[in-house]
Amino acid sequence: MTTSSESNALSLTLDVNGKACEATVEPRTTLADCLRNELHLTGTHLGCEHGVCGACTVLVDGRTARSCLMLAAQAEGCRVTTIEGLSGEGELEPLQQAFWDRHGLQCGFCTPGVLMTLTELLRDEPNANEDAIRLALSGHLCRCTGYQNIVAAALSAVECIRRRP
Amino acid sequence: MKPAPFVLHRPRTLADALELLDSRENARVLAGGQSLMPMLNMRLASPDHLIDLNRIDELGFIREEGDEVVVGAMTRQRDVEYSDVVASRLPLMREAILQVGHRQTRNRGTIGGSLCHLDPSAEMPTVMMAFDAVLLLQSRRGARTVEMGSFAEGMMTTALQPDEMLTQIRMRPWDPAHGASFVEFARRHGDFAVASAAAMIELDPSLRVSRASLTLGGVAATPLRLRDAERALIGRRGDEGFTKVAQYADECDALDDPAFPSWYRRRLAVTLLARAIDRAYRRAAARAVKA
Ligand code: FES
Ligand code: FES
Repeated sequence: MTTSSESNALSLTLDVNGKACEATVEPRTTLADCLRNELHLTGTHLGCEHGVCGACTVLVDGRTARSCLMLAAQAEGCRVTTIEGLSGEGELEPLQQAFWDRHGLQCGFCTPGVLMTLTELLRDEPNANEDAIRLALSGHLCRCTGYQNIVAAALSAVECIRRRP
Repeated sequence: MKPAPFVLHRPRTLADALELLDSRENARVLAGGQSLMPMLNMRLASPDHLIDLNRIDELGFIREEGDEVVVGAMTRQRDVEYSDVVASRLPLMREAILQVGHRQTRNRGTIGGSLCHLDPSAEMPTVMMAFDAVLLLQSRRGARTVEMGSFAEGMMTTALQPDEMLTQIRMRPWDPAHGASFVEFARRHGDFAVASAAAMIELDPSLRVSRASLTLGGVAATPLRLRDAERALIGRRGDEGFTKVAQYADECDALDDPAFPSWYRRRLAVTLLARAIDRAYRRAAARAVKA
């Protein structure tokens, strides 16, 4: 049984984007705050901090999760993937390229979360149709694009992945 | 918006969790975190001790035991969504789970967490009420079972004592030929529903209703079984008088708030109930015709 001694700092080792990262946080620190403030991975955005907007979505063991609704301590022993972990050396993933090409973002605040959700969706359903894409996106708020270009970008990523050798 | 400080406990066994819950003052258990974490962030809840259940593997399972299906309290909503047992034996639960939050929240949200939070508009408590599910509550003192009807005491208030934890839920599947339907109205898909209706219907060989379960969610402080309406449905066929039966929903004591006054909720309840009965009936009838 592990117990944090009276609200003291916890020393965590987290697997983030394939790297072992050390962080010392309070037990009450959310995963989102740990990523942003301790590990300086500020690509994960915080909109509402109560699970409604989807901006903070990351992958935990390959599945989307709201990082504002998880404690950093809960991510111990899990693989965490953030937007910083999507592309390799300067190369954009097909999904990212599609957002670029299709103007799938304006201010970009919602984009990291949206991309994490679509990463999960296109991995599980490489042939996702518009309905499946819209359903997955229903967990995200975007105040700029009106969603049309996000959907168009996702569909063009599906097409690109299908044509990939 | 950050949680107030607390001591975090991460037990690996149920026994350890119950021991902590028993021995610590002002302790809360943390399940999937999709309701409690927002409350912590907004400081609507500020426990001194938080007991994280996510490392306790023994609480997550879906299994068939005799003529019952048993679900562990820490079973993720996602696992219910993809469960063959749920799809084949508990079609009402399967249809309802797809309306719980979003993919991103179902990945972590749990069945037990949803039942203990007992939001009036939440889908899972409504499903449990429809099944007359039996809940197992455990503490260091021992275990007891409670029917969903007595577990749901009032607005976000359960029968759990401070040292008790919900550990499993038992449901008795209906005859494989029954029809089920769960319908809700929310302003956006995945948002909290304003109101919902659950119907399960069994038919006799002449396609008359022989057994019915009708439940409303989001209308009253807790899910509401409409026993009178169920009785009124017995013996009916096709759509004869279904709308009249749905009028029973108009008699309930509905919640009232500025956004959704009680007259509006009641009207919504009547419409949703009629729709749920109609769909459940058609599904049962389609099965009977095929057989
Ligand atoms: S910041 Fe996490 S869902 Fe909005
Ligand atoms: S691009 Fe600005 S919020 Fe979506």
